[in-house]
Amino acid sequence: MSEQIAILKSDISVKFGDNAFKFSTTPVGDHVVEASKETVPALLRYLKEYAGYNFLMDVCGVDYPNREKRFDVVYHLFGSIDSRRLRVKTQVADGESIATATTVWKAADWFEREAFDLFGIKFSGHPNLRKILTHHQFVGHPLRKDYEADKQQHCSSVLPIHFDNTPEQRGDQLDSRYVPLNIGPSHPAMHGTLRVMVELDGETIVRAMPEIGYLHRCFEKMAETHPYNQVIPYTDRLNYCSAPMNNIGYCMAVEKLMGLEIPARAETMRVILCELSRIIDHIIAVGTGGVDLGALTAFFHLFTFREKVYTLFEKLCGARLTVAMTRVGGMAYDAPEGWFNDVLRFCDEMSDGVEEISKMLLGNKIFIKRTQNVCPVSAQDAIEWGYTGPLLRASGVNLDLRRAQPYYGYEKYDFDIPVGTAGDIYDRYLVRIEEMRQSIRIVRQACKNVPGGDYTVRDKGVVLPEKKDVYGNIEGLMNHFMLVIKGLRPPVGEIYSATEAANGELGFYLVSDGSASPYRLKVRPPCFAIYQSFPDVVKGSMLADAIATVASMNLIAGELDR
Amino acid sequence: MSDTVSDKSLEDMSKSFALTTRLDAIAAWGQRNALWPLPYGTACCGIELMSVMGPKYDLARFGAEVVRFSPRQADLLVIAGTITEKMAPILVRIYQQMLEPKYVLSMGACASSGGFYRAYHVLQGCDKVVPVDVYVPGCPPTPEAVLDGVMALQKMIKDRTPRPWKEGWVSPYEINANTIPDTLTSSRVVDSMTRGSGV
Ligand code: SF4
Repeated sequence: MSEQIAILKSDISVKFGDNAFKFSTTPVGDHVVEASKETVPALLRYLKEYAGYNFLMDVCGVDYPNREKRFDVVYHLFGSIDSRRLRVKTQVADGESIATATTVWKAADWFEREAFDLFGIKFSGHPNLRKILTHHQFVGHPLRKDYEADKQQHCSSVLPIHFDNTPEQRGDQLDSRYVPLNIGPSHPAMHGTLRVMVELDGETIVRAMPEIGYLHRCFEKMAETHPYNQVIPYTDRLNYCSAPMNNIGYCMAVEKLMGLEIPARAETMRVILCELSRIIDHIIAVGTGGVDLGALTAFFHLFTFREKVYTLFEKLCGARLTVAMTRVGGMAYDAPEGWFNDVLRFCDEMSDGVEEISKMLLGNKIFIKRTQNVCPVSAQDAIEWGYTGPLLRASGVNLDLRRAQPYYGYEKYDFDIPVGTAGDIYDRYLVRIEEMRQSIRIVRQACKNVPGGDYTVRDKGVVLPEKKDVYGNIEGLMNHFMLVIKGLRPPVGEIYSATEAANGELGFYLVSDGSASPYRLKVRPPCFAIYQSFPDVVKGSMLADAIATVASMNLIAGELDR
Repeated sequence: MSDTVSDKSLEDMSKSFALTTRLDAIAAWGQRNALWPLPYGTACCGIELMSVMGPKYDLARFGAEVVRFSPRQADLLVIAGTITEKMAPILVRIYQQMLEPKYVLSMGACASSGGFYRAYHVLQGCDKVVPVDVYVPGCPPTPEAVLDGVMALQKMIKDRTPRPWKEGWVSPYEINANTIPDTLTSSRVVDSMTRGSGV
């Protein structure tokens, strides 16, 4: 890997001169390029077009109030050909602006709006630099360090219908030839928290615009004000349809930053939890997808299986939905007797269930008519928008982090990665249902070979001692106190760590200043990148197809708005 | 009634097919056994609410299976999930659109008090903007707890428990229409606007 970076470095110095950029590799192995803000757009374009970094995964800000140039703007790039990652960082002062990256990647659109909203970083040339998460009466930029975490500002009205600016049209001016229509946020097809505004010519969509932020619960600010282990319950509530995956993604980032290796048993348990979560997440996606098209039965039928997984989770930790099962260093508890056999039994029931559902939906004439060739997204567009996960694979790109950058021993398991061809709505469900089958395969393999040993590391600076030690001997008591008072403290540094969650790449960018809570924790939510393509994808289609598209994107407001 | 039917014949009738009751009691009986919920599911609690409606817990057993997304057709607003500042005006609008008699069930810690989101964009309890009849604790509450909440509400309807919080309710946005700019800068305005429920 470092060879590639050496090549890249020499290529770039030929193109941009010797000292234009500062290359470095962090202790955890992330490659970072620091650039001045003037050179960033040219550098990004070069990296995309000539160096094989075809995905822009994330753009975010970091605030250092005492620095002369206050903000870091951080771009996370990914090259899918050989799964390489690169982080581009630049510094911007308060009030200064930096050229937008939307000219290079469409994916930068909403990420830059978010950085503008939460930090006040201005991106010049961005066509729609408006607030995105906070409400329209909100004053200030909440993720700046000088904004108090609990300073609420009330909102007393709702924004009227508006659209994105385009070169032809201003977004706030409605066209009298068309019918404006507001859908949501309290609307069954909008899943409670999404709002879509459209302009219709008959039933054909002329313009569409999603409004998000109705569930902006300030996850990132909460993470900055809580100790590392207390952030875990907050991560549950990102994608609450598959809570354990978020726990695991977050803990993995902290562990990597601390250089911790977790025991093999914990790894296997995490794999099992991940795959069970993937199954239940797809259950919601497929089930509600059916409901939005008018097929209620599939939902009720599938929910029986979700209940079964809830029962498994409950046996493991006592909670059904928000499990908070992992800890930094491993798992919170070991699995109870016979749990792995219960999981195996569930796998048998679930495989029958998947077949039933596949017949019920994928073979259903109405379902096919409503979804095939509806709002397709090409592979190229999908990459451009930063799609990941089932939607990217439905568009025909074979990228799955479990294969591309295996973690927790995924390379040992035998499973296939389903890939679609058309990128339409039908393919998305096809991929999801096949992924459920593959997850069952993985769970079966994992459950049959659970390694023995401990379920967590026993480092006294990381994990609380067992209760019998706390009450039984003075050393245990002291260690307990020390850890509670001092807190878990990763070394100063930063990391971007990504896992393949049910919706796609779930990334955590963690900056530590050596204190007991994260200095900055940025989540890269998979459906955020996907949803920003919505206006383009549904343009020119029927209103009913837009509803089907929203359903197939599986937008989970918890991770969309955070 | 006593004009046309003598006491004697009334007694006879009651032995065969008639039953006597009060009109409001029979109305309450109908109301409590045919609640039509509007699931205002915004977050994780919404997913758990699906379980309550789903095949295992099945709210239909308590007469509340007809889920309606139109506020005009519902009489029980189930607020399941975090209500953010951005969402609050919409919640009030939905509540105002519901027809009388109407009830509100607040499901989960977030809806009841903001939960563990003591944060800049989260409303610290939906009772700051709408009157709540039943609070169900939990994060998320177990489906059993939600069923218990619905049964508590049914009991309230049956006993015709007085609901002072409901009687005195006015929309926080209407009474303050003139002073809206102030509300944007103070973080405690909503407290005084509603029934003084501090955090
Ligand atoms: S109470 Fe808990 S489960 Fe319910 S919405 Fe709030 S965070 Fe989610």
